[in-house]
Amino acid sequence: MNSKLTRRRFIKGVIYSSAAAASGAGFYLSAQSSSGAVSERLLTLNINGVERRVDVAPQETLAFTLRNKLALTGTKVACNRGECGACTVLLDDVANYACSVLTHNAKRHAIVTVEGLRASDGSLGVVQQAFVEELAPQCGFCTPGQVMSTEALLRVNPNPTRQQARLALAGNICRCGAYDHYLNGVMRAAEMLS
Amino acid sequence: MTFKYIGENYTPADVAGKVTGEIKYVEDYQREGMVYARLYTSPIPSGRVVNIDASEALRMDGVLGILTAEDLPPSQAPAEPMLASADVTYVGQPILAVAAISDDIAEAALARVQVDFEYRDFVTDPLESITEGGPDAYPDGNILRQAGALANENDLISGGIGRIKWPVGEIDRLRTGQEPQNVEFASSWTYGDLDAGFAEADVIVEEPYVTASTPHHCLEPRSGMSYWENGKCYFYGSSQNMSFTRPILAGFLGIELEDLVFINQATGGGFGSKAFPYPMMGVCGHFSRILNRPVQLRITREQEHYVGGSRTGTTGWIKVGARADGTVTAVDVIVITDGGPTGLNFGASGAQHISVGYTPTAMRYRGIPVFTNTTPKLAQRGPGQNEMAVAIAPIMDKVARQLNIDRMEFRRMNAANNESLVYEDRRSLTSAYLPEALEKAAEMFNWSEKESQPRQQAGSKVRGVGVGMGYHQAGFNGFDGLLRIAPDGRIHLHSGVGNLGTYSYSDTTRAAAEVLQCRWESCDVVSGDSSLHLPHSSVQGGSNTTFTHTRANWAAAEDAVRKLKEIAATEFGGTAEEYSIGDERVFRTDDETTGMTYGEAATRAIEMGGAYSGQEYPDNLDRITKVAVEGLAGTGLIGVSRDNLPLNGHVPGLTASMVEIELDLDTGKYDILEYVGISDCGKVLHPNGLSQQINGGAVWGFGMAGLERHVHDSQNGLPAGVGIYQAKVPTIMDVPVEMKNGAVDIPDPANPAGARGVGEPAMGSAAAAITSAIADALGGHLFNRAPVTPDMIINHLAQREDGVKPGELNTY
Repeated sequence: MNSKLTRRRFIKGVIYSSAAAASGAGFYLSAQSSSGAVSERLLTLNINGVERRVDVAPQETLAFTLRNKLALTGTKVACNRGECGACTVLLDDVANYACSVLTHNAKRHAIVTVEGLRASDGSLGVVQQAFVEELAPQCGFCTPGQVMSTEALLRVNPNPTRQQARLALAGNICRCGAYDHYLNGVMRAAEMLS
Repeated sequence: MTFKYIGENYTPADVAGKVTGEIKYVEDYQREGMVYARLYTSPIPSGRVVNIDASEALRMDGVLGILTAEDLPPSQAPAEPMLASADVTYVGQPILAVAAISDDIAEAALARVQVDFEYRDFVTDPLESITEGGPDAYPDGNILRQAGALANENDLISGGIGRIKWPVGEIDRLRTGQEPQNVEFASSWTYGDLDAGFAEADVIVEEPYVTASTPHHCLEPRSGMSYWENGKCYFYGSSQNMSFTRPILAGFLGIELEDLVFINQATGGGFGSKAFPYPMMGVCGHFSRILNRPVQLRITREQEHYVGGSRTGTTGWIKVGARADGTVTAVDVIVITDGGPTGLNFGASGAQHISVGYTPTAMRYRGIPVFTNTTPKLAQRGPGQNEMAVAIAPIMDKVARQLNIDRMEFRRMNAANNESLVYEDRRSLTSAYLPEALEKAAEMFNWSEKESQPRQQAGSKVRGVGVGMGYHQAGFNGFDGLLRIAPDGRIHLHSGVGNLGTYSYSDTTRAAAEVLQCRWESCDVVSGDSSLHLPHSSVQGGSNTTFTHTRANWAAAEDAVRKLKEIAATEFGGTAEEYSIGDERVFRTDDETTGMTYGEAATRAIEMGGAYSGQEYPDNLDRITKVAVEGLAGTGLIGVSRDNLPLNGHVPGLTASMVEIELDLDTGKYDILEYVGISDCGKVLHPNGLSQQINGGAVWGFGMAGLERHVHDSQNGLPAGVGIYQAKVPTIMDVPVEMKNGAVDIPDPANPAGARGVGEPAMGSAAAAITSAIADALGGHLFNRAPVTPDMIINHLAQREDGVKPGELNTY
């Protein structure tokens, strides 16, 4: 767990967002009553190395902000309830489910999304290139999440075993069942980095 | 024949967009003025809507309107309506949609809608419904009277509501593995002399079985986005098909085919559930028309569980007779299907698995598609066949053990080959190498050695090894191919196949590149947007695309080559027969310098007009292709043809799988140590793509055999396990660390590229291998149920009743 994003704060965030999602009326009312609220809505987010100013409601998830406010639709929302990992992004190099992080809690962290992995010349990042070479995706909907979890792994462990790679991807559901190909992709990326 | 592209790996054009997140799925599309629609879904399993009061919701700031069944064309039960009113048939069924300027407000508005229902009886278990005095899913009955037999699961089912009831005693016989007597079935077929088959059998085994209904849970929910402009509907949807979707969706919307533009660059999973347009597409399309605004209808994960489809559950009985020499002499099978509210059923497809896998001398199938008030069923990866594969594998193991024949050998000697006649129509197969697939699997898996080793391991662990077979009909004919050579020399290969991740939309166009002998780099695959002029294509389902569209693209490319040669002959003299192609040029065979490039020929085609540039086209093309050709007319050399190649016999997709598991007798949990999957899919078209299908199918099989199931509370009709986590979709930790696969790789003579499809049977054979291995680990014990869960295993080991009524579905 990211030292700055404490476990307690993370859990609080998740509970808040789940409660908001579970109660539509509450969601609406909180949006209404937030006009005079103390929390600042205009945030500066560090996304893919660029500072972005964005108006964020208090209950907004990072996945929502990225997709709907910043047009970063590479981050997919498949469950919106922390089950599948399709929305995985990095906060200070740690993999997080963007559907389960409140944007207000992400403002002090360096956020990296799948759009931020290309090299400066526009070529694919190493993990992306490895996944292409292994034909890792099938339908592709979980792929950005698999890419980001792999990024997170290789940033702390550039030379993982297959078992370690498997554990690192355990939070990313692939309904097509392309797991073996994703693992091959992780191992190839590690090779390319070494 | 030596191929340049068939059998070679390559990178399909859409892969880069998948790893960068740039490829677009439905919810990634935005349009100015777009508003957000959400669904109000039924809290009750059965009834009707008495009154809707949305006044409070409509008064909310930002709410733009509601849509109810009254705003939509009427539908007749048991067809699935876009929005329900007269017949509410399951929890989670959409009743109305509300649109607002934001997703939050739309969701908040739903909480302020008041719907009053009249409650009706409901049923969640098919055997309960066909028991005398049992509840019916509809007031008018409990079973589907099908209008006609389905040729395959890509056909749309139609029929009416009927009623079948059996005496309690006969239901009890079925539950305990005996044949019910003097009862009615809805469908049946027989071949051979069944009585004689059982009479000559040395071993007869009869068993009941249950296979659970399992949700599809495609990771991309079936959201939609649509808007209308000048009477045309622009629809962004998630589908397995660019072709069938259009006339049917146009029908939903009451417009002409030409007035619908369907855009679907990538589909985030389908697995059969998006083979055809689904009612939610109609909700989105109509709502955007009525509001005259672009509408995004977002389907939540919970709603995807309800409306996203699930496999039909089955409950039934199997009786197998076999001679001492291993020949299967007779199989008698009953398949009672949980068809949800629409009665979808694939019982006869299940019988096909037996017919191809074990080629019994005589066989009978009898079935009933029963309605239940559970989520609607849709085709799911190998529908029918895979349920039978997972159910029958341990039963056939029991037969083999009683005959004292190796389980793999028993299958190898009975499995369909090139001489076999299958199904009730006793047709041949275009080619079949299932015995060879089993042999190859046995070799790669080291079957003989593993089968001969002791099962008991250290501590509480036991080993189990299992073998499974998979079959699915995997190819059709009669679809169209279309390509265009542009004056700049680019070759546009038009594909109407959906893009749900198998890469067959692209793989099959390589057949055209093969015929044109061009560089793959000179080709662009045109797909994903009907305004780009796409030909009539099969559903990307039923494992058929590979076979069907390599043929269609082959035919279109042959048409283009003929035209190239005719154009050259017109230009340089002589007859078309005197010309050859090569290096993207057409030239005199006896003088390669006399010729023109493909680009130059395209320019000439435009000048010559007529069929050369698509101003004329063959009359036997489908209307969709005709519209596409008209759209391309005059822009290049058009190659277009219907696939008129001969096709005699069923096209099989065949697989053999083997697994080794280690089962913990203390916890009932098992790990899959090794998996081997071998396909017989003719000549391999795209090795990496095949590997994906075999491995991915196996992951589905692991879920089916041990993890996934629908559970409905029979007291209140409420579904449990609506999320991905609760539905137990396999994670990476549920599959072996490494998976092995291979192929027989013998070309099928009915396909010019030699290829057949195989995506679905890969699941069935893997699932079958697991249930076979579990029974093996437990000394041949049969659970007669899939999935086999740890609690079932623990209850068995503790010799404790597990509380589940035999034959019951949608239960724990």
